[in-house]
Amino acid sequence: MTAQSQEPGMTEPGGDVLRAEHIAKRFGAVTALVDVNLRLARGEVLGLLGDNGAGKSTLIKIICGFQQPDSGRLVVNGQEVVLKSVDQARALGIDVVYQDLALINQLTVYHNMFLKRERIRWPLLNNRSMRDAARRYLDEMGINIPSVEVPVASLSGGQRQAIAVARSVYSNAKILLLDEPLAAMGAKEAAIILDLVRDLKQRGDVSVIMIAHNYGQVLEICDRVNLLQHGQITLDKPAKDTSVQELNDIVVAEYRRAMEQRQRSA
Amino acid sequence: MSETTQQTGRLIGEPGGGPGPQSSTIGILRGWLGIFARQREATILVVTVVLLLYFGIHDTTSFVSQANAINLFSELAAPIIIIAIGEVMLLICGEIDLSAGFIYCFAPFIMFYLNVYYGVPALLAIILALLSGLVVGFVNGFITVTLGVPSFITTLGTGFILAGLALTLSHAEPKDIPPATVTIGNYLGTDGWAQFIWAVILVAIFHVVLTRTRWGLYTVSTGGNQLGAREAGINVGRIKYGNFMITGVLSALVGLQVAFYTNTIDPLAGQYLPMFYSVTAAVIGGTAMLGGSGTILGAFLGAIALATLIDGFDIEGINANSVQIVFGAAILIAMVANVQLARVRERGRIR
Repeated sequence: MTAQSQEPGMTEPGGDVLRAEHIAKRFGAVTALVDVNLRLARGEVLGLLGDNGAGKSTLIKIICGFQQPDSGRLVVNGQEVVLKSVDQARALGIDVVYQDLALINQLTVYHNMFLKRERIRWPLLNNRSMRDAARRYLDEMGINIPSVEVPVASLSGGQRQAIAVARSVYSNAKILLLDEPLAAMGAKEAAIILDLVRDLKQRGDVSVIMIAHNYGQVLEICDRVNLLQHGQITLDKPAKDTSVQELNDIVVAEYRRAMEQRQRSA
Repeated sequence: MSETTQQTGRLIGEPGGGPGPQSSTIGILRGWLGIFARQREATILVVTVVLLLYFGIHDTTSFVSQANAINLFSELAAPIIIIAIGEVMLLICGEIDLSAGFIYCFAPFIMFYLNVYYGVPALLAIILALLSGLVVGFVNGFITVTLGVPSFITTLGTGFILAGLALTLSHAEPKDIPPATVTIGNYLGTDGWAQFIWAVILVAIFHVVLTRTRWGLYTVSTGGNQLGAREAGINVGRIKYGNFMITGVLSALVGLQVAFYTNTIDPLAGQYLPMFYSVTAAVIGGTAMLGGSGTILGAFLGAIALATLIDGFDIEGINANSVQIVFGAAILIAMVANVQLARVRERGRIR
């Protein structure tokens, strides 16, 4: 688990905890990722931006081991890894909040919180321990839900999202991937999640990749932003060197190009 | 947008936000949900007790007797209960096994031929017969999970094959129980209450497996949200394989028990009826056909309710054919109630 910063191309003093090199992925006729190069420094919060369908979620799913790239390589803590499963990525300290949350509606909040990380008193589940820990942790985070014993089906969209984020943060992951963690949230709930990410940043040993559509939120919390367009990273800037305006302009320009193409082909 | 913000902001507030008017609404909502969640077993419990009381009072002399109790619980209910355990596990993870009644028919022949023709010791022959159910379950899993055929079709096919194998192997002739296996047979099914005791023990075990172990949690997850379960890292294929294999072994066990109890190995035993009864018991006991929820205890009570109807109508001399009308109605009422309750629950959630 030692991250030796002997790799070429390293800029951050802490060393890169994750690098994706020349990642490509196709789904049948659809090319999701062409050639993605991305790096994540220790303790850094990286904002991953891009249009719908740009390949953001695919990239996240490759890094968390849910899907395998067609080509390219992943380097975690200076070592090349081939991730064949979510469990394998988890063992390396990579955890993810999927866009669809991956919650099981029929299970209680605390069973969802501990899914695939159950506390066992062999051969049974240690429900009491999981229930108490989930309650304590959610209270600590300021996520207010009626009870940890209700099925998640009975919670609001924002509450469900908060549970999914809390689950990943609680897992003690060293590399946290958040795929639109704020999508279904109102301002108050979003503030809770943003505070949480800020806390992680202060701890210094957790690195985060966050996909979001609200550029204001992204620039507020991220150290650096990457823009993914047509399966490639087309912009890589420290957050302080860019602005909501610049990011908007890029997106507007892309829409214009798309419009022009449509008109030309019509 | 601001509306959603307000609404959700209300629900996720600062820590220690005391009990306001909104938390009492949630409290009531929780209470309702709790009642509905529990009611699925409560309803079938009431139905079963009412049926037992009705026949107990109406036909006291013939219904309330040791002989009839053994007939009802051990001979009629136990086979339905044991197969229903497997079907509940499968239905919860989103699959079904139509071949259960054919494994039931086929397994005793394995015991017979191994013991009589190949001289395999009785206990080993019985264990291998049970394992044949495991193998059929594995094949069902392989075709469904690995080859991607819907389990309805998979098990339809394997069921036909097993029916044909049993008929071909036996030349469509019933076989006698091999004498060497009789002693073990007593413990399995011949002695009066043996089948029911097995059923109760298995219900207790699988109730715990479903509600208190990782396997149960992953079974619910697989049927509740298959993609989500996979994303969380659950090997949903393994869960399905396992539950097909559990159902296979349980069906083989029932086949052996019934063979011992009836003292013959019948190439026409089982067929579709035990599977239909078991799925009926599961469904009226509160198991969802679409996966994600169900209870072993509910299926246990559902099976006893069905057995009570079969037995009671038989005692009252009502034509066996009309019993089927009652069964059909019972299934429909249970399903309508399930669907409607789900709608009420959904409405409660949206507020």
